This record gives sequence, structure tokens and C-alpha cells, in this order.
Amino acid sequence: MIKQQFEISAGYKKWTNILLGVGGLAFVLGVVFLGMSKDELAQTRFWSVLLQNSTFFLLVVNASMFFIGVTTLAMGGWQMAFRRVPEAISSVVPVFSVLALLVFVGLIFGNRHDIYHWLDKEHVAHDPILKGKTAFLNPTFFMVWTVVTLSLWSFVGAKMRKLSSQADENMDQETSKKFIWNNTVWAAVFIVFFALTVASTIPWLWLMSIDAHWYSTMYSWYTFASTFVAGMSLVALFVVYLKNQDYLEYVTEEHLHDLGKFMFAFSVFWTYLWYSQFMLIWYANIPEETIYFKPRLQGAYRGIFFLNLIINFVLPFLLLMKRGSKRNYTSMTFVAVLIILGHWVDFYQMVMPGTMHEHYSLGWFEFGMLIFYAGLIMYFVGRGLSKKPLLAVHHPFVKESLIHHT
Amino acid sequence: MALKKFVVGCFEDEKVLFPAVAKVRKAGYKIHDVYTPFPVHGLDKAMGLRDTSLHTAGFLFGLIGTTTAVTFMTWVFTKDWPVNIGGKPNFALPAWIPITFEMTVLCAAVGMVLSFLYICQLAPFVKRHHFHARATDDLFVMVIECGDKTNEKELSSFLSSTGATEVNTQVAEEGWWIGRYDKEQELYKETNIA
Repeated sequence: MIKQQFEISAGYKKWTNILLGVGGLAFVLGVVFLGMSKDELAQTRFWSVLLQNSTFFLLVVNASMFFIGVTTLAMGGWQMAFRRVPEAISSVVPVFSVLALLVFVGLIFGNRHDIYHWLDKEHVAHDPILKGKTAFLNPTFFMVWTVVTLSLWSFVGAKMRKLSSQADENMDQETSKKFIWNNTVWAAVFIVFFALTVASTIPWLWLMSIDAHWYSTMYSWYTFASTFVAGMSLVALFVVYLKNQDYLEYVTEEHLHDLGKFMFAFSVFWTYLWYSQFMLIWYANIPEETIYFKPRLQGAYRGIFFLNLIINFVLPFLLLMKRGSKRNYTSMTFVAVLIILGHWVDFYQMVMPGTMHEHYSLGWFEFGMLIFYAGLIMYFVGRGLSKKPLLAVHHPFVKESLIHHT
Repeated sequence: MALKKFVVGCFEDEKVLFPAVAKVRKAGYKIHDVYTPFPVHGLDKAMGLRDTSLHTAGFLFGLIGTTTAVTFMTWVFTKDWPVNIGGKPNFALPAWIPITFEMTVLCAAVGMVLSFLYICQLAPFVKRHHFHARATDDLFVMVIECGDKTNEKELSSFLSSTGATEVNTQVAEEGWWIGRYDKEQELYKETNIA
């Protein structure tokens, strides 16, 4: 018996509660022992980890919005069979937006110049480089643009999900034409805004400004590639889970194969950007630029730096190369988990060298927050999935998805 | 190449072709090949062909390209003619990545094209037999190989009964110009129908 409506099972609930419990405990202990500690390094650790996790997971769930947007604009019908999964994941964007906003409020209004160097007004006054960047790197612009960005992501996401509900009911030809047009318009609005935010300004503000003197033109695309491949892995994980629980009857290995192709291709795309950023800086060998790679390649982060490259390029490249491994639940699950962890490590090495310098730690609080966010994702995505039927039966593209063949 | 006898059945529509393929295999005849005007999804499965090994070959060719590029550059820049370029180390791996990548792609691509031509037995001056001129236009042409015990008449009428619009017998040179490559065909199973 195939089920149309996702019901949160007891096992799912149990694991959500365990993850939320362990993560929540880590967060509370973190607030007490790190956030409220007298030790400045402990405070820096607390805020860096919050920054890393809140931005990473927000951008990862937002990658589902990007997926919905591009497939809508490209009139891609193949994904209709599991479209409700990225929709459910995108419904977490408002929640993670609020969490990220709280972190940014703490950072900006708490004047944490150990994280964002450019918050130190006295220092900026004597620093010609940072002074030149004040038109962009200032608290007002940071907060205003962040709030605008987060609210627009959440708003357009909600709009797209509401539109999608229309397809649960029967539509005549005129209505479905209008339905497709409405979807296209909102997806276009989102993609343009996505280009202005994730593909450019937002990673500059949130992450690149940690190393305020340094800049890279690849940085935003690099961040986008990192979160998009992790986002596709998250979609694949939920699809495999639902298939194993006897949901999503029309999703076949053909759909899984295409998700696997996304994971494979964007792992390679990420590597391409990683390499482009690294090689240009390495080749030109200008001190202002190489300073970024000094701690990462030669300093305390050397191990993490190469681990990053192995988890995010070598392993997905070799493991997902074969056709069969993209059609197999076990290998897809394994690689998806690997990619998400790998890009979490990637964000770790993007944030920490600029804030913690050589005194970084990868311990209970870092992994605790990872677990906390995993629990949050399970809780909110599960809730999002259970609200609607898993297939928008009357969507005009459904048939194309059912007969999809790679 | 050897001369062989084939019974050729022509079909107007995929919808007729798929059940016909299943029926022919079920009856125990050996399908030599099905020539279609365009790639037909799922036909390979319906015919019971095994997965192609072309991608494995591509991977190996790529590997050859990678190792050639890396070892050659290593030899040139560290052993044969070490030059100090902008103070970079002689073993300058990041600078070699583009060349390594290009060599990998080149070897994989050219190697796969050549392998493909070999598998299809295509080469300059090799004349291939065309079973039906319309196979490149709008006709699906199923070719069945005749063995010693095949009754051609029976086979021809059987093909007509599966929906073939045109059936004839042809003698053609088929086979391999160098070496052998056995196409493995799975035995027909009821679940195999696409």
C-alpha cells in the first residue's frame, strides 16, 4: 500500500528528539561555558561556530529554493515526482533565517570585532584598506541588506509553495497555463534576487568580510557551489528515506540517477572554483592575497585544508562516477552524507582561520551545533512534508516526470 | 568477416517494435541488431543487451592521460630541464593541473571514439551492409540471425505475425575485422518487458 501523505513515524520522531536533545544541550552548555565565559578566545569560538553553522545550513536549505527556481524556469518536468521534497526543505528557510539573523544581531550589536574586524571603528580609521571599504562594510548596510535578503527569500519561498498547492486540485487548460506562468514569474524574481545575494553580495558580507583586507572574485560562486551541492545531497537523502518508507511511489532510480548527476557535477564544479581561486593566488604570489592561504595551506589548518579537498572532490568524484552507484540507495546515501559533512568542514575552514587563528578547536561544541542543526532540519522538513500530499497530482508536468528516462 | 543469412523485419512504430522484440526473444531467436532512426530509450533493456563497457574504457583512457601528463611534466621540470620560473618550486603541481586536465579529457575522448568505432566495426574503406535504406529515416529494422536449424519461412511468417510490415531474407557479410567481441544477450525473462 503506497501512502500519499507523509506521516512522521515513531522512529523519525525519536531520532529528531535525540538530535535536538543532544544539540540543544551542546548549545546551552556552549552559551554557559563559551558564550558567557570571561575568556575571549572561548567567546570567539562560540560566535565563530554559530556563524559557521547558521550561514551554512541556511544557505543549504536555500539551495532547494534555487533548485525549484531553476527547474521551474527551465520548464524541467523530470523532478515533479519528488518536487514536494525540495519544497519541504525550502520551508525551513524562514526558520533558519531567524536563527541567522539572531546571530548577526549578536555579532553586529555586540560589536564583535574579533569576528568582523571591520566593526572596530578606531582601527578602521587608521586602516586605509578598511577605510576604503566602509561604504560596503558598515553595520547599517550589513543589517539592512541581511534583513532585506532574508525576508525576500522567505517571502518568495512561501509564495512558490503556496502556488504549488494549487496543483493538488484539478485544473482546466487555461488555469494550468496561468499556473505555469505564475510559477515562472516568481521563479524568475527569485533567481534574479538569488544572483544579487548568494551569487554575489551575501557571501562577501557574511563570510568574506571575516578576512576584511583580503578579497577574491571567486568567493561567492565558491560558496554557492559548496551549498548547492550540499543542498542537492540533502534532497537526495530525504528522497531515499521516503522511498525506503514506501512513499514517493513514482520516484524511480531514474530520478535518483539525475540527483546523483547533480551531486557529481556540482562536486566537480566546486572543485573547479576551488582550484581557480587557489591557483590564481598561488601563481601571482602577492602577499596581500596569499595571506588567505598561509594559515590554511602552511599553518594550523593544513590537515583540514587537504581533508576538505579529499572529501569534497576525490571521494564524490570516484564514488559517484559509475552509473550504478548513482542508482543505488546505499551508495547515494553514503556520498550524500559525506558531501554534507565535507562542505560543513569547508565552511569551517572558511570561517575559523580568520577568527580563531591557530587556536582553533574541533570539539564538542562544533559537532554539537552540527547535531543541533541536523535535528532542526529533520524536525522542520518532516513537518513540511507531512502538511501536503507528496505528489502534486494535477501539475501539468507530472506525466513527464512519471515517464522520465535517463 | 563471414557471410551469414539474416531475416529482416521492418516495423513502422515503436509501439509495435517493443512487443515484437519481446516475442522474438521469447520464441528463442537471436536478434542480431535493431536499427532505428533515432535512439530509442529502453530498447537495449528490451533486447537484453548487457551494459556497455565503453565508460570503463573511457575511465582507463582518462587515467592513461592523467599519468602521461603528470609523469612527463615531472620528468621535464625536475629531471631533464629544471628552470626557476618565478621562484616557484620545480615540482609545481597547481600549475600543471590545466594541462593534466586537458590530457585526461583528450585521451578519454579520443580513446572512447576509437573504441566506439572498433565496437561498431567502422573504419575507413570498411563497407557495412545496410539492411534497409529507410532505417536511417523512419523505419525500425529488426535483424535476426539465422543459424543452421533456423526455418526461414517459419521465422518470416512469425515476424509478420508480430506486426512487421515488410519481411525479407538477406545474405550479408557480418563479423569482426580484428579480434572478437561477443555480445552477451541475457535469456528472455517475463519481467524484462520495457
